[in-house]
Amino acid sequence: MASTILEMRDITKTFPGVKALSNVNLSVEEGEIHAIVGENGAGKSTLMKVLSGVYPSGTYDGQIIFRAQECNFKGIHDSEHIGIVIIHQELALVPMLSIAENIFLGNEHASYGVIDWDANEARTAALLKKVGLNEDPKTLITNIGVGKQQLVEIAKALSKEVKLLILDEPTASLSEKDSQALLDLLLEFKRQGMTSILISHKLNEVNRVADKVTVIRDGRTIETLPRKDISEDRIITSMVGRSLDDRYPPREPQIGEVIFEVKNWSVYHPIHAERQVIKNVSLNVRKGEVVGIAGLMGAGRTEFAMSLFGRSYGRHITGEVLLRGKPLDLSSVSKAVENRIAYVTEDRKTYGLNLIDHIKHNVTLANLSGVSSRGVIDDMREMSVANDYRKKTNIRASSVYQLTGNLSGGNQQKVVLSKWLFADPEVLILDEPTRGIDVGAKYEIYTIIARLAAEGKAIIVISSEMPELLGISDRIYVMNEGRIVGEMAASDASQEKIMRAIVRGEGKKAS
Amino acid sequence: MSTESAPAPQSGVAEDVKQGQRVAVSALTTNLREYGLIIALIVIMLFFQYTTSGTLFKPVNLSNLVQQNSFIIVMALGMLLVIVAGYIDLSVGSVAGFIGALAAMMMVIWPLGIFSNPLVVSVVCLIVGALIGAAQGYWIAYHKIPSFIVTLAGMLIFRGICQALLGGGSSVGPLPDSFKALSSGFIPDVIGPLTLIPPTVNAAGKTIVGSGLTLHMTTVVLGLIAVLAYAYFGFRTRRKRERHGYEAEPFPLFVIKTLVGSALALFLVFQFASYRGLPVVLLVMGVLISLFVFVTKRMTIGRRIYAMGGNAKAAQLSGINTERLTLLVFINMGVLSALGGLIIAARLGQAVPAAGLGSELDVIAAVFIGGASAMGGVGQVIGAVVGGFIMGVMNNGMSIMGVNVDWQQVVKGLVLLGAVIFDVYNKNKA
Repeated sequence: MASTILEMRDITKTFPGVKALSNVNLSVEEGEIHAIVGENGAGKSTLMKVLSGVYPSGTYDGQIIFRAQECNFKGIHDSEHIGIVIIHQELALVPMLSIAENIFLGNEHASYGVIDWDANEARTAALLKKVGLNEDPKTLITNIGVGKQQLVEIAKALSKEVKLLILDEPTASLSEKDSQALLDLLLEFKRQGMTSILISHKLNEVNRVADKVTVIRDGRTIETLPRKDISEDRIITSMVGRSLDDRYPPREPQIGEVIFEVKNWSVYHPIHAERQVIKNVSLNVRKGEVVGIAGLMGAGRTEFAMSLFGRSYGRHITGEVLLRGKPLDLSSVSKAVENRIAYVTEDRKTYGLNLIDHIKHNVTLANLSGVSSRGVIDDMREMSVANDYRKKTNIRASSVYQLTGNLSGGNQQKVVLSKWLFADPEVLILDEPTRGIDVGAKYEIYTIIARLAAEGKAIIVISSEMPELLGISDRIYVMNEGRIVGEMAASDASQEKIMRAIVRGEGKKAS
Repeated sequence: MSTESAPAPQSGVAEDVKQGQRVAVSALTTNLREYGLIIALIVIMLFFQYTTSGTLFKPVNLSNLVQQNSFIIVMALGMLLVIVAGYIDLSVGSVAGFIGALAAMMMVIWPLGIFSNPLVVSVVCLIVGALIGAAQGYWIAYHKIPSFIVTLAGMLIFRGICQALLGGGSSVGPLPDSFKALSSGFIPDVIGPLTLIPPTVNAAGKTIVGSGLTLHMTTVVLGLIAVLAYAYFGFRTRRKRERHGYEAEPFPLFVIKTLVGSALALFLVFQFASYRGLPVVLLVMGVLISLFVFVTKRMTIGRRIYAMGGNAKAAQLSGINTERLTLLVFINMGVLSALGGLIIAARLGQAVPAAGLGSELDVIAAVFIGGASAMGGVGQVIGAVVGGFIMGVMNNGMSIMGVNVDWQQVVKGLVLLGAVIFDVYNKNKA
């Protein structure tokens, strides 16, 4: 029996208002590939941030024991120093520097600050050979594909004499072939005796390489399965097995005729013109209906929504949009807003709010003509609109003059919602409307969604949290890799069914 | 936070008093920050009034001060919008120089017949300014080329054209008097002067210049109207807000603010009236300042510029055409640069190759001293105007004191740095 290399005991991490991890236990043996699976938001990434020192010792409870030593990391540097290296989902490479420069960034072979490029490049070449990447060390990162960039990240990890390699969703943005190569590389490292932790929600991959699987759900460890017990069904049940009690407001849907229809929508990547991001998506929404779009991160749901909304994403967009059977011109955001379509972004800080301005100005921004005449704003009208929506959506703030940058995530989300409600849309697309907000605020958002549906609006909700979709939608589309791979009424949908639709979609492509 | 810890009933009164005090204190501190700049300007003016033994506030010097700095302030109005929108314009000094040269050539050298009339020339020059702004704004708005680079190129290009137009190092003039009135003229006294103290007559029967006290009555009347309007609209807005039940600043503070503001304005009006009246350029400036305050505070286009500067992506996803808005901001800047150029030429009475040289830095400094953020989205018209006057008063005061020009620059640099550090410090404290 191999010895235990890493043990995390009773890890508990709380953020203001949310318990992200509670008493998580993880035990990894020397030389194994240990997979961690769980839904988005289950706490996988938080756990890894605790392990790598992103959240320094003292900001969480519990113990980390690495090679029989208790560790108290103050930062990433400490964890890397003893050989724990994490490769994040978003790669941390500098695009305009070469492979060699990236691998030794901050860690250059140098004497008195003068870099010895020959030594760096020679070592880089050796590392690249190890990861099976046939590229010149002088090649710029921007000139190689994502799959190869991932290999560079791994080479960079190897340069730090890694004892435990952590890969966070390493294949999320890779093609099937690159993914296979990466997994083969992991198996090769295992043969050489390296230990790795693989975070993934692609269960076929986990199935292929993992020696053990730990399932995390709602910030808790559910179970750790040994190799012989690993099966997709077993993992899925374990991942989603939670009761859907009254976390969602009750509603009695009154669904009318089809209002909004999208036909054969196709979109290409804005930079990599040959990559088709959205492939022939068709869907429809009825009056008073809440339609969910399920899928994993990177399935193309946000890209779909943004390409619809004033062509804010992608190029070579083709397809047709109908509102009440009539073709709709959505070629710019202002036309979309005029045609009473609204899109509430998944990233409220980057795309939703002017954080340095107050609530009042943010609420009216998408519909300034509603508070002005001939270009002159009526301050009093704007004030009562802002106060009105503050009440309606229950924004907790000292006044409407509070800067949105100082609000909590939940209240920020309510400001963004208010902005779009004031624009008076008929079709409302909500992208991850409850991401990063606490349970209480979630319930309030659900209540608002239910009320809008009752008012007869057509609502599309994009969410990676399956219980949420099941709890609030009437009908669910499942999207994977830019395609609709399933459609089901919420009444006979289940997390297992959704997961299966996704996995089957992926399985098809692999075979 | 404080609302959650609800006070126990028995201590309610004491809590209320405390709460009241807290409101008053916070209103005072926020208002102090807002008026800090104006207070700083007053302190600086008093300082120079003292060190120049009273020269600064002399009517003739006040007129000079306005005429010397008006072009900076006119251009600062445009620059404020540019900076709030999240851009920068380095070309304004060169554009001003080029427009001055163009105006001089049209009026003095080129045989244009009736088109060399100063009014026609001015209109043509403003249109050319708009075209220059549009040309630069086009690359910035629609091709996403950084404004720093586009306008740096513009700065070189238009300075070059300005010098070429004037044929190397020569200056072109003299410009017609009717044109010079834009800068050095005073508004006509349609009401007629009022002599309070008759001027002293010397033995030769001639009046001694500067003695006695004669008021330019048109200036006095205009000043009184402006002050009354200021007080009236202040009261009216306040009443309206109260009627709608919205918190307004404490009444005593409002009264003090209005009284101090009116007194200052009346003092300046009196000083101008006792000299030759209101300078034309001050009137032009006053109209422009009011216009830009209105646009930024009350109009949707102003609001959109702030939103774009605060978060361009969010503004775009809220249906704002950020590209067209950027273009408009630069067209506006071009027009105001052209006006600045006309004012400079009118003041000098001729076009010189170095007109407006380096003034882009004074303009940008004025906007930043006025509290605008280099990141965009933050800044006030009044701030930029006061910032411009702070720079102007320092120039003027130090010149009277006889401070070497080199050291004047050092002091101005320190003031700019100090003002921005003060701002950042305040923001972090809040």
